[in-house]
Amino acid sequence: MKKFTALLLSMVMVASLAACGNTASTAESTETSAVETETSVETEAEAEVVPADIQVGFIFLHDENSTYDLNFINAAKEACAKFGIEPIMKTNIPEGQECYEAAAELADAGCDIVFADSFGHEDYMIEAAKEYPDVQFAHATGTKAHTEGLPNYHNAFASIYDGRYLAGIAAGMKLQEMINDGTITPEQAKIGYIGAYTYAEVMSGYTSFFLGVRSIVPTATMEVTFTGSWYDETAEKEGAQKLIDNGCVLISQHADSMGAPTACETAGVPNVSYNGSTASVAPNTFIVSSRINWVPYMTLLIESVLNGTEIPADYTGTIADGSVELTALGGAAAEGTQEAIDAAKAEIVAGNLHVFDTTTFTVGGETLTSFLADVDSDANYEHETEVIENGYVAESKFRSAPYFDLEIDGITLLDRVY
Amino acid sequence: MSKNNTNNEPLIHISKRDVLPWHKAWGVRALAILAALVVCAIVSVALTGDNPISIYKTIFVGAFGTARKTWVTLQSVSILLIISLALTPAYKMRFWNIGGEGQVLVGALATAACMIVIGDKVPNGVLILIMVVSSIGAGAVWGLIPAIFKAKWNTNETLATLMMNYIATQLVAYYTVVWEVPKGSGKIGIINQQTNAGWLPQLGNKYLLSIVVALIITVALYIYLKYSKHGYEVTVVGESERTAQYVGMKVNKIIIRTMLLSGALCGVAGLLLVGGINHTVTTTIANGQGFTAVMVSWLAKFNPITMIFTSFLIIFLERGAGEISTVFGLNHSFSDILTGIILFFIIGCEFFISYKVSFRKKEKEAK
Repeated sequence: MKKFTALLLSMVMVASLAACGNTASTAESTETSAVETETSVETEAEAEVVPADIQVGFIFLHDENSTYDLNFINAAKEACAKFGIEPIMKTNIPEGQECYEAAAELADAGCDIVFADSFGHEDYMIEAAKEYPDVQFAHATGTKAHTEGLPNYHNAFASIYDGRYLAGIAAGMKLQEMINDGTITPEQAKIGYIGAYTYAEVMSGYTSFFLGVRSIVPTATMEVTFTGSWYDETAEKEGAQKLIDNGCVLISQHADSMGAPTACETAGVPNVSYNGSTASVAPNTFIVSSRINWVPYMTLLIESVLNGTEIPADYTGTIADGSVELTALGGAAAEGTQEAIDAAKAEIVAGNLHVFDTTTFTVGGETLTSFLADVDSDANYEHETEVIENGYVAESKFRSAPYFDLEIDGITLLDRVY
Repeated sequence: MSKNNTNNEPLIHISKRDVLPWHKAWGVRALAILAALVVCAIVSVALTGDNPISIYKTIFVGAFGTARKTWVTLQSVSILLIISLALTPAYKMRFWNIGGEGQVLVGALATAACMIVIGDKVPNGVLILIMVVSSIGAGAVWGLIPAIFKAKWNTNETLATLMMNYIATQLVAYYTVVWEVPKGSGKIGIINQQTNAGWLPQLGNKYLLSIVVALIITVALYIYLKYSKHGYEVTVVGESERTAQYVGMKVNKIIIRTMLLSGALCGVAGLLLVGGINHTVTTTIANGQGFTAVMVSWLAKFNPITMIFTSFLIIFLERGAGEISTVFGLNHSFSDILTGIILFFIIGCEFFISYKVSFRKKEKEAK
């Protein structure tokens, strides 16, 4: 009987909560963040201005098991902790109507900012943004904000090609070490790369990585295989194995599971990963990983909402603002790698080194003089924007999401998955 | 052991029951749900350290916490209900149609194809009419193929319908690549987001249309199965094909006709999923509901009205379990564990409704 009464009571409570609707939840959120305000003031002792009533909701495609999502989840926690905000996180939200429902639920729950992390979430975020004009919707890796014209819908990405180029340098140093100690000849310096889709973001990524490698080892070549999924542990593992069997002596990846690093560790092949360190599964073969640090952008979002300033429609994080990072070097890194990376990094920040410098690569044997990229998304894949400026391809300038999708000489695509 | 006994009666004896009165049967089911909730609570408490009441509360909030959640729950129920209803005539005929997934998918694909290919070429009303016809047609064809094979050559329909699922999935995967935007992304995205061409009209709010369609189909199928000649024939074929033949029914014709209906109704679910809800098509748009529907249909003993409750129960628990994993910051797999536990109990209890378990009487036990 007691249990029944308790159940009944709780149901009444739920009903009353639901009945109160939005006003109640705002009041509630004020209350909770006020409590957090106190605690954070106590712990930090520093008189940082702590907001009273802001909530941030996050939508993630997978959960912590995906290196891609883990990178976002960690950034969300870190950025929110700076302001004493408790983030509301929804994980495993597929790229369908569920994303719209999740975004709408977060907006209903009183969130001022809703952030989604996966490319396929974009259209559903736009739908939600149209419906909730007072809530800011931010979407990572998307392509439509600069043409959509919605004041509360924003895209963000980072100049990750810079990071991949630096990771490529680390890989190049490793290859050079192997050539120097006679493990391989310069002609055997073949790299393998596991990509998700034959998509501009991936192509831009492996090309910049390859250019980084070739800045150290000019004889290097690369083979790329695609899995057709952003997260498929088995396919990534098999892809890595296939490349190793093909004679690739170093592996890198742009897919989100631990599949490739695991396969490399088993085979004893050095590897460069993405999204964060994979040293835990590949302690002996991990060289370095590039990643986007989303904390600067998320901080910008929260600050903009607090101060009432405008959020850029399309934001590109850089090395300089801390959005593009390399992890600590792993045990497999060659001697002198850190110095080589630091030198190149300084050049990039200073604006002297451009990753897609047209003098460093050819397409079909020709040096590039003009490249129309597909910057504005449309169903006909129309390449409408000239992106070569001052002798280099200006990646992520006209839109934060990468658009470099050329196949340069020296890279062989084993398959294509569109 | 048994040699020590005076008789050889086993410790546990299982016998077939007479049909339980409906209130007793539902009593057993209610008990099973209660037991499932208790086990879920124990598991949740062990992992979250929270008290069980707040966990039950979270389940309820997950399904009905806000007006939006309630609508989404009802919408999900209606889609699962439509697919379950679609499979029901086939099961009633003892035709093992486990191809609901594929039949829904081709319906979805046909809808998307119309929206993409002729979305800007014909007026919206005409477009929607074409979408309705082609999605129902596509679903029907997907049901028809295994039925013809069964009728003509007596092939195994379980395998045939199952394999048709894979063909449908690969077809959708193929067309995803053909229609993806932007190139290489592997996603079609929302179709006609600017023009809304081919988006099914909203009734009051965006969730109501599926619910209304589901209710209409429920009533129609109830009448069809219970009062029509076709429905009677389906039942007879299900009871005994030979009897049906003996009384002069054309069994092959009935099989083909029923599977056409089954596939067509799955096509309607595909139409609603693409035209009314997601406005896109992916290989996972049916989300395993073609298989869940098998359970819904069987749990309801093929009664369309009862199916409202069984599909509601499954969606309610799923959404509640999902909420638990969000609120308590658990991995999403946790909600799958809870749903698994609940389904285990619900399906398990059917055993106790059909069979009686009696223990060996105490006094006979020799020490």
